[in-house]
Amino acid sequence: MNPIKFDPDVCVNCETVDCLMKCQYINFNDMSEAKEEKLKINDGKSSRVLDECLTCYACQEYCPFGNNPFYLLVERQEEKGILPSPRPIIEEQLRMMKPKGRISKEAVSGPVVDMCAFPMLTGCVRGKLFEGASIIVGTDIFCNIMWLHFAKNSTIRERVPEAIDNIMTYYMKEADTDELICFHDECYGTYTSVADAYAIDVPFKPVHQFDYYKERLAVLNESITPINAKIAYQRPCSNRLCPRTDNVLDDIFEAIGAERVPRTYDRENALCCGGVPRAHQRDELADELVEKNIDDMKAYGATYCVFNCPFCMATLGQEVAEQGLMPILVSDLIQIALGD
Amino acid sequence: MTTDLIAQLGEIVGPRFVSGEAEERYLYSMDQGTMPPSEPDAVVMPANTDDVQKIVRLANTLNVPIVPMGAGLVLSGLTRALRGGIILDMKRMNHVLEVNPYSRYAVVEGGTSQGMLKAYLKKHHPGLKHSMPDAPPIATLAGNICIHGSGHLSVLGGSHSDMLTGMEVVLPSGDIVRTGSCSVTGEWFGRSPLPDLSGLFLGWSGTTGIVTKLGIKLFPNYKHNDVLIFVSENADVMPDMISKLTGTQVAEDMTPWMTPKPEWARGFLHINIAFGAHTKKELVFKRNLLQASVKHYIDDKVAGFLPLPPPQKGRFLKIPSPDLARFADLRKGGGFEYVGAIMGIEHFPEAYREGLAIAEKYQVGYSLGARIIGAGHCMMFFFAYAFNRADPDDIKRASDALEATNEAALKMGGIPWKAELPSQKQIIEKMDPSTFSLMNQIRDMLDANRIMNPGNWEK
Repeated sequence: MNPIKFDPDVCVNCETVDCLMKCQYINFNDMSEAKEEKLKINDGKSSRVLDECLTCYACQEYCPFGNNPFYLLVERQEEKGILPSPRPIIEEQLRMMKPKGRISKEAVSGPVVDMCAFPMLTGCVRGKLFEGASIIVGTDIFCNIMWLHFAKNSTIRERVPEAIDNIMTYYMKEADTDELICFHDECYGTYTSVADAYAIDVPFKPVHQFDYYKERLAVLNESITPINAKIAYQRPCSNRLCPRTDNVLDDIFEAIGAERVPRTYDRENALCCGGVPRAHQRDELADELVEKNIDDMKAYGATYCVFNCPFCMATLGQEVAEQGLMPILVSDLIQIALGD
Repeated sequence: MTTDLIAQLGEIVGPRFVSGEAEERYLYSMDQGTMPPSEPDAVVMPANTDDVQKIVRLANTLNVPIVPMGAGLVLSGLTRALRGGIILDMKRMNHVLEVNPYSRYAVVEGGTSQGMLKAYLKKHHPGLKHSMPDAPPIATLAGNICIHGSGHLSVLGGSHSDMLTGMEVVLPSGDIVRTGSCSVTGEWFGRSPLPDLSGLFLGWSGTTGIVTKLGIKLFPNYKHNDVLIFVSENADVMPDMISKLTGTQVAEDMTPWMTPKPEWARGFLHINIAFGAHTKKELVFKRNLLQASVKHYIDDKVAGFLPLPPPQKGRFLKIPSPDLARFADLRKGGGFEYVGAIMGIEHFPEAYREGLAIAEKYQVGYSLGARIIGAGHCMMFFFAYAFNRADPDDIKRASDALEATNEAALKMGGIPWKAELPSQKQIIEKMDPSTFSLMNQIRDMLDANRIMNPGNWEK
């Protein structure tokens, strides 16, 4: 088993402990307390952080040194048998999402869009934006990053290489491209950030959906009818693994005439949608997060609530709609601007 | 005699609504369960109480058996004409007669379907609902109440017979009686404070009379509805979990389920908990009460609530639930039957293990589950087996499994629900002889010629 890529000396010498001091869900009296807890985690000792962590991924982004604080935390949770959710909830989901072995060889050609394990989203791949695209989907190519929420690094180590192998064997080996467009940035995060930290080899080139959209919009520039609407963006946990792409999203919104309102809970200060806390049996906290998110969106007069993550949309979408905002995925918002 | 019978029935209901043709006799000879077919001589569809009365009097005159039938969906063969005679199909008597929104009851005809009342309330009284069983919408209210059925409001209101407020019944003699408040005031608000004569017609499998009208309780139809699914791995703690969850008294329905398919569910024990509220705030309050009641199991990490985003909850809030119907088609060929045993909650672990053992022994596809009745007062634990009707070996396996399940249910202290003929005999064998003797005295008194669904509840 490859250990998580991590340098303890970086933390010893760290002067800000951003990974914990910036945490929105756990409070520390001062920096020395935060540092003490961080060093306990690094040394494999018990820390209240291991029990209280919401698993929002944000510390991965907060760490200025890219020292993988979140992946290490998950490693320690699993080593110590700390379960963020009750065992049957984790076990049942492990079975639900396991590779089903139903994959078969299929000829694909670029652009190849990876829809992860979610066939219900394949309808999103349509129109000019995805012209000529091939879709791959199914539990056999599930990116498996969700196990970070459940202290299951072992599952990531076991299943991610298998998913990558399936993608190559059944699709990419004979494709006319080595680029895989990741429709969900959880997949992109897996094949870039996680793969790097866990020393997992990725033989194809993962492309973030936002990079793909930006490029397509440049080509389709003349087809764009500006949306001219204020949008509130719900930034997901997985985007913490690829913060660079948040700036690409700004370019996309600008290109389609969507005004990203300066929400309190956006960018580095994004708040969890509330989905994962429910899995952790923390419904009252989830209710609070939902309320804060939606109040924040409404306060800035947004018309659309734009989601990057389908799970965030499933969690918040109904509530958002009831409050008068239109829930929509980034790709669908672009489709509107393109008249598709 | 049959020709004469058909002609005389035709005079009562009109020739369109009576048949002695082979096609009808075949279709009415069976239900979807494992009980062998048994053909009637005639099938008749009365339009009103007057028709029913005349048909019963005719049957008495001719000494011909008569079997009342709702939708014929009981699965345990209770509406088969075991000794020939007439099947009285009540489907034409499908009218909602009255809804009292303040005392919250509805009065319907004896053949009124679940779907008819649901649709009527949705259109005319959207603030009210009745308890639906997980049966096709054509299942009748009277049929389900008379078999002591249960449904989506059974945690709130008990079994469906507990929700009965009164009846109009044509006795085997042809006399018409009313039970409950309607016998005194003409209003149908309840069965108290009178001697409760409704019991003469509940659970008797159509051997004591024919229900032509009935009153049933209605309940608030909430604007906001939610469902939680509590999951554990240990059957032994299920009685305590159920007791704690029902102890909050906020759930409308609670249905544990255990199934080997889909694969992810095998070995896990689930409890679906449905509840509703007038406001979102009230809904969250109720959810919090339910969650708090089982908090120590969650803290110990041995059980928890399945995280379901709102779009995924829809299928679990569907009434009736489509899941059992999906399971019924598991083996193809249209065969499906289950043993539902009414029993105490404490028998849950034993019932679960027996169900698994029987399914394994007889190699049948199974689905196990329960519906909690009242605030944890008892449960209808079901052992469902799907089979291929075109495969005699498969039918035999399912039939043997059902018989073994009935035996096991009785042994562990349960009572098979809507018992098919062999199971009725098993129950009688275990029954206090004085109780069975009283049953016979009542039948002799009401039905001197024993024309009502003969063969049922007999040694």
